[in-house]
Order: sequence, then C-alpha cells, then structure tokens
Amino acid sequence: MLTYAAKRILLAIPTLLIVAIAVFAMLHLIPGDPAQLMLGDIESPEALARLRTELGLDRPLVVQFAVWMGRALHGDLGTSIVQQRPVLEILLGSFAVTASIVVPAVVIATLLAIPLGMLAAWKQNTRVDAGLMTLAIVFLSIPSFWLGLLFLMFFGLKLDLFPVVGYVSPFENFGEGISYLVMPVMSLALIETGVIVRMARASTIEVLRLEYITHARAKGLSETTIALRHALKNTLAPTWTVIGLTLGSLLGGAVVTETVFTIPGIGRLLVDSIFARDYPVVQGALLFITAIYVGVNLLIDLSYPLFDPRVRLS
Amino acid sequence: MRSRLFRRPNAKIGAALIAVMLIAAVFGVMYTPYDPIINNLHLRLVAPSGQHWLGTDEWGRDVFSRLLNGASISVFVSFSTVLVSVAIGALVGALTGYFSGWPSRVVMLFIDALLAFPSLIMALGVIAVFGASSTGVIIALSLTYIPAVARVVRANVLSLREKEYVEASRVMGNAELYTMLRHALPNAVAPIIVLATALFGWALLAESALSFLGLGVPPPESSWGGMLADSRNYVSDAPWLAIAPGLAISLSLLGVNLFGDALRDEFDPHMKNLV
Repeated sequence: MLTYAAKRILLAIPTLLIVAIAVFAMLHLIPGDPAQLMLGDIESPEALARLRTELGLDRPLVVQFAVWMGRALHGDLGTSIVQQRPVLEILLGSFAVTASIVVPAVVIATLLAIPLGMLAAWKQNTRVDAGLMTLAIVFLSIPSFWLGLLFLMFFGLKLDLFPVVGYVSPFENFGEGISYLVMPVMSLALIETGVIVRMARASTIEVLRLEYITHARAKGLSETTIALRHALKNTLAPTWTVIGLTLGSLLGGAVVTETVFTIPGIGRLLVDSIFARDYPVVQGALLFITAIYVGVNLLIDLSYPLFDPRVRLS
Repeated sequence: MRSRLFRRPNAKIGAALIAVMLIAAVFGVMYTPYDPIINNLHLRLVAPSGQHWLGTDEWGRDVFSRLLNGASISVFVSFSTVLVSVAIGALVGALTGYFSGWPSRVVMLFIDALLAFPSLIMALGVIAVFGASSTGVIIALSLTYIPAVARVVRANVLSLREKEYVEASRVMGNAELYTMLRHALPNAVAPIIVLATALFGWALLAESALSFLGLGVPPPESSWGGMLADSRNYVSDAPWLAIAPGLAISLSLLGVNLFGDALRDEFDPHMKNLV
C-alpha cells in the first residue's frame, strides 16, 4: 500500500512541473513585452522599467522561471495588478466560493446517480432502464449554462422562489446564503448526475456478470442484500474515478455556471482576469486550478485500495 | 455494418438530429431569410411571428437567421478542431506506440502533463495567449484534445504492434515507418472514429461555452453561446432569445451523443470505459 501511494505521489511531481513550465511560458508566448501588456498603454516609461525589474524580465528565462517557481512553492504567486492584493489570497477567497457550489452539487449527483445507475443495471433492457438512460443522455446534452438560465427564468423570475443575481456566503448568513446556492447547485447536480449514472450503470452490469453474484443469488440472498452488501463496493471503484474527475474539473472550472448566476468563484476570476489582462492572477489561477485537479485525482487514486484490495498488489 | 448500425433507434434519432444541424449549417452559409449581422433598430425585440419565426434580438436581427449562421460557425469550428486534433493526436499516438524508447517516453510525459489540465481551463489559458477568435478557439480546443487522441491511439497501436501480420510485414523487410502506417495504424481506425465523434460533441459544447463567456467567436458574428450570453439582459422581456439557441445546442449535442453511443457499441463495446 505504501509503495503504491509513494509511486502515485511521485508520478504527480513531473506532471506539475511541466504544468508550471507551460503556465510560465504562457506569459512569454503572448506577443509583446509582458510588462507592457500588464500595464497597458498609458503608463510612463519609469513604471515600465520598474515593473520589468520587479518581474525580473531583464534576467535569463531559466533564472526567471527558477525565481518564479521558487516563490510559487512558498505560496507567493505575485500581486494582482487590478486588485493590488496578493494573488494567493484572492485565489483562496474565490476557491471557497466555488467549492460551496461544487461540493454540494457533486455530493447530490453521486447520491442520486449511484442508486439510479444500479437500478438501471438491475433492470437492464427494461422500460425502467431505457427511461433512466434517456433522461441521462438528455441531461448530459444540455449545457449547464442553458439549464442555469432556464432555472433563472422559471424559478427565479416567474415563480420568484430564489434570488436571481448575486451571492451571499453561507458562512456569513446561512439562510440567505443557501437561497443563493440552490439554483446553481441544482443545475450542476442534474447534469453531473447524467454523467455519473451512465458510469454507475456500466460498472454494475460488469459486476452482475461475475460469479460471486450468481453465488450470492444461489445462496438465496435477497436482491437488496446482494446490491448493498456485494455489488455496491465493486460498482463504486470505477464510478469513483468519474466522480473524482468531475469534482476536480468543476472545482476549477464551474466557469459558465458561475457566470450565469454571477457567483464570484475561481472560474469567473480567471475569465475576468483574462479580460483585464491581469496576468499574475491568470497564471496563479491556472497553476492553482491544475494543482487542485491533480490533487483530487491523486486522492481518488489513493483511495482505490479501500474499494479494491487488488490494487495494492499492482 | 452500416445497416446494422442504423437498426439501433438511438442511431437513427442521433443521425436525424445531426442531419438537421448540418442542413442548418449549410443554409447558414448559403442562404438566410434575413441578414444575420446587420442591425435594424426598428425591429428591436419583436416576438416570434410569421415574419420572424423566432423573433428578433436587441439589435433587431432575425433570431432564426442568426441561428442558421451560428450553426455554420459551430460546425466549422468543431469540425476543424476534430480534424486538427485527430491528425496530430493520431500521428503522435501511433509514433509513440509503435516506437518504444526514450523519445516516446518523453513525449508521453508531456502528453500526460497536458491531460492534467481540466479541458476548459486549458482552453481558456490558450485563448489568453492567442486571443478570442474562431482560429483561437480551434487552436485552443485542438491543443486540449490532442493528448486524449494520442493516448487512445497509442494504447491501440501498442497492442497491434504485437500482432502476427505486423510482425510479418517486418520480417518481409518492409521499413518500420511503412509497416506502422500501412498495417498498424489502419487497424486503429475504429476507435479513432468513435473518439472523433465524441470529440465533435465536446468541441461543440466547449465552443458555445467559450462564446458564452465572451472568449470564443467574437460579435457581431453569431454563435449559439454568444446569443445565449446576450439573451441574459432580456430574460423577462424577450424569453425567446434564451430558448432558441439553448435548444439548438442541446439538440445538436443530443444527436452527437446518441449517434456516438450507438457507434461505440457497434464498433467496440470495450471502449465504454475509455471515452
């Protein structure tokens, strides 16, 4: 188990290093002088020169990268040009906002999708199965920003159930905060349910073919017992990967949902910073989001042996 | 093979929806009832009627015409993305799968690192460099999907390399590159087609998401995502503006997903976990 864990963790390091190089290179790939890009056209030559020295643009690229990387490893991602605050501080604030919609959405999607996926597999090739799978592929095909917009129009404007614009942190005002979260969470959850339910069904079908299930049936166990005690654990393993990928990518990129509901999350921050040419924030956000994504996937990989002891051997 | 594929009802519905999308795209280029770009402020926010089937937008432009025009842009961007990412991804995958050795391992290290970016985030990063335009979107999305194609093709070529007929070609004295291109790669075509169909759907969705964010196809050119973004200011006065483009994206995606599923089940049931 320990070797497995160590191997997985070590494998993540070159990945993150290459990611860091790519993010660093990005600023230098943009045509023109990075300092000029950051300051815009109106700044004085002195300010330009000062920023150039501050960014170390007068030094060789390799040195620049080493300095930048060294600072990043110490949590110093630079200062935002627009907000004049440390980038990491801004990132952590907006990440908390994103997490407050994404985590509940993925939890709800998982709780809905796994039982439904198992049910569809159990009733394979019946009307129940066909109905569930049709629903799944329909929700899978609806872009989250459109579903969000429809929710806004129907539940927000027509029925006036939830506030339409803005965000209140549930950590500051719980009741009000929750009312802002309902629509974004539901629109994300429904779409992700479509993704996860298909995986849960496919992996349950694989499991149901195995001999130990036949054996359990032969022992006269009830279908519910077989589902909960025998099939569930083996169904979870592959589904878990999809859940992890979903969680990882949404934590960094619920951009469109955040845009629809004007939620100040990390995806929105990235897009706004691209528009504002606030490159320290763009780089910081790309690095941060990717690290989260790699981290979540690593955690998922490390949790495999909990479901499937065979993983420990390989 | 073809007749068997179309015996699946999903394949039929999917193909029909894709056909509608393609026809709309052709009309978008050849003929639209009204000009999709030029403003006509006398006709601002007109509700759907016999004249304007889907109403008009805040600039007085016919929504149906813009929808057709948007179809051609979406199809063009998605198709170009698939073409570029499959061409480059398949080549990289085939080379690294067929020729083992340190260059392959180094390339795969980079491919794996690229896969570590969440796809939309990577596309946003690339667009930050290249700027928002159709070409920018195609470059960004291709870079995002090349690693996935390379991975799938490599996995296939790795196993094909061990096949007897590939061995036979080698024994006959054919050049390695010839053997790879003539015997190994063609047998990996089925999974590539399945993957390309899925990619088309991803690209379609990603293009509209990027345009929705204002980082895709720039106005005044019509794109479905951009139309949805503009509609947000008029949700209470002109709800039709939000319905039509959203339905267009969803039905196109549904078509691609249904057809892609049927194709995958037909070609290779084992691909289920890969794509």
